[in-house]
Amino acid sequence: MDSAPGIPLALRHALAGLERGSAPQAADLFPLGAPALDASLGGGLSRVSLHEIHAVQGLADAVAAGSFGLGLALRAAEERPLVWVRQDFVDAETGGLYGAGLAAFGLDPRRLLLVRAGDATGVLRAANEATRCPALGAVLVELWGEPKSLDLTVSRRLLLAAARSGVTLFLIRLGATPQPSAAATRWAVQAAASVPLEANAPGRPAFAATLLRHRAGIAGQTWNVEWDRDRLSFADPAPLPRSVSPLSAGRTRSAEREAIWRAG
Amino acid sequence: MRRSGGPDEPPLVLTELATGALRLAAVSRGALAVGLTPGLTLADARARIPRLVTIEHDPAADDALLELMAEDCERWTPLVALDPPHGLLLDITGCAHLFGDEAALRHRVLRRFRRAGFTVNATVAGTPDAARALARFGRAAVVPTGGEAAAARSLPVAALELPDETHVALRRAGLKRLADLMDRPSRPLSARFGAQLATRLNRVLGREDRRITPLRALPPCFVEQNFPEPLADPEDVFRVLRQLVEHAAKTMEGRGEGGRVFEASFFPSDGGVRRSRVETGRPSRDAKSILRLFREKLDTAPFDPGFGFDLIRLAVPVAEPLAATQPQLDGKALEDGELASLVDRLAARFGAARVLRFSAVDTHDPSRSEKLVPATAALPDGASWPEPEPGEPPLRPLQLFEPPLQVSVVAEVPDGPPAGFRWRRVFHHVVRVEGPERIAPEWWRDPDRPARDYYRVEDREGRRFWLFRTGLYGEAPETNWYLHGLFA
Repeated sequence: MDSAPGIPLALRHALAGLERGSAPQAADLFPLGAPALDASLGGGLSRVSLHEIHAVQGLADAVAAGSFGLGLALRAAEERPLVWVRQDFVDAETGGLYGAGLAAFGLDPRRLLLVRAGDATGVLRAANEATRCPALGAVLVELWGEPKSLDLTVSRRLLLAAARSGVTLFLIRLGATPQPSAAATRWAVQAAASVPLEANAPGRPAFAATLLRHRAGIAGQTWNVEWDRDRLSFADPAPLPRSVSPLSAGRTRSAEREAIWRAG
Repeated sequence: MRRSGGPDEPPLVLTELATGALRLAAVSRGALAVGLTPGLTLADARARIPRLVTIEHDPAADDALLELMAEDCERWTPLVALDPPHGLLLDITGCAHLFGDEAALRHRVLRRFRRAGFTVNATVAGTPDAARALARFGRAAVVPTGGEAAAARSLPVAALELPDETHVALRRAGLKRLADLMDRPSRPLSARFGAQLATRLNRVLGREDRRITPLRALPPCFVEQNFPEPLADPEDVFRVLRQLVEHAAKTMEGRGEGGRVFEASFFPSDGGVRRSRVETGRPSRDAKSILRLFREKLDTAPFDPGFGFDLIRLAVPVAEPLAATQPQLDGKALEDGELASLVDRLAARFGAARVLRFSAVDTHDPSRSEKLVPATAALPDGASWPEPEPGEPPLRPLQLFEPPLQVSVVAEVPDGPPAGFRWRRVFHHVVRVEGPERIAPEWWRDPDRPARDYYRVEDREGRRFWLFRTGLYGEAPETNWYLHGLFA
């Protein structure tokens, strides 16, 4: 930790604990809301930390990775405001964030501050600035590709900023191969078939999320989860009250992917 | 007032196209000496002086130069007005004593511009018109208070700068100097030469004052620091800026105000003023956070100090009432303040147009139902966001393409739901679909736009899309399909 001078001693100890991978205190965890998932994670994810979410297929799964990150951010932030930092390229390729859609996902758009940056360096600068603001609940950062400006030192610095302010940082990576970083967890997320509503209408947002790395636990497992907007919680796939024909979600397909991701 | 060449250089003239011919717009001192005057055609001038050097006249460059000089003059007084084509008016009321006296200030101004190679003249007088006339047509340096009329007596009537025909009439009447007009009763003069004559005369003689329109308005609060030696080290410059900000903050605290806009002006010893401007979302006099904004700004857009700055000024052009607060007592106020200062810092670095909030608009047109507004501005009282229906999946996409992207769709029946569509060269087999949700156009806004039938679809891979079809089957000559958004 070369960037340590100036940090209070107590915080340095806490950070050292985080970096060694020792299990954080239960008070520092936020549960995801899906019982099976929370049990495997040992109660939830670390609140004062950096989590990395990769889209399995760069552009095609961008919205899945982004909304999985948004769900995590909503769990971590509770009532506090959020900042979403987006690279212009992501806006152009996957569409701009849509306020009515955010509201339909469970985030009051008035709670969100959107920062647009032209390149990866700008994105990371804005992320660093926002993560240092303790008034925020969570910061979402959406980044395209594998920029040179994001290396181990930079991700450590982001983690440090998060630890100092208590803001949870979610780094959404599109079109990038997972690399070593300071992140507490690393996920690979893709869209999954939803549990249909009556008349075969598309159901709730559904994800196949693979935990690629977990500093404080076991990684490698894949879960199929849905996002339950009404409870602001992840949930095991289940038919909504109005549905009539529950089908099994694309479990086998994501198990195949899991193998690929482990190998990479 | 322009750079003049040495005596042995060839005569230089600037030319412009006027009344159908290339004419001399301005001439150098050397050209004037050989008898060339502005207004002469270039052909005549060339006939007289074959080795003439000509340059095309560029009035915009002249204006830009004059403006640059005006900005530089702001080192002496904040009230500087342009007096085109080649004059500047400085209101030095209450400033002169900072430089000794009026004569010393005049000397400084002249020395600075003469060193830079300009031919300049300056007069200090009680009113802008008297000073202007005396500087252009007379020799006075500093006119004592109330002495404008006496000083102007010897000026030619041209100093009144009236229309040409009036000047011709005055000359024909034998009235050559202002003294000739001053000694006569004004009423017959006005009757004969027009009412304008009396007005101009009163102004030039300093009997009538007028306000100048300065380049920039006088800020409610400003502080500045002069240096005998130019300051070049960026850290030194920043240290001075900190002192100025702290000083301004104290002044504003006394008045119960906070600044919304802060502008630092750096006056280099070799001319060309650099400015840096930061804005805050709410009135502030917190020196620390203001300095952070300046630091952001100067980090992203550093400027070259050149030979160094000999004056730094901090102005607060926009100030608003700000009561004294004790933020530590109220956690919520503290959080709001932290959020506001985050917005300010991000806006200073990335620009206000890139730090945004969502504002709802009361319309059912999905493309117009919201807009992004700069977070530094107050959030408009927009419409409220729709409350999602419990038990429903999201019915609006998380990400929206604007404009919508045209896609090719396969449908089993022409007016039925899509069975599959091709987007970015990938074919998506639709396995689940809900729709149509018909969204009619706002006929009062866009009468020719067809209605849209929206479908929520999910493909075989589990990705969810928002598609719509324009042109209703049987009504429109052709139907088109578009992808408008992506669902989570």
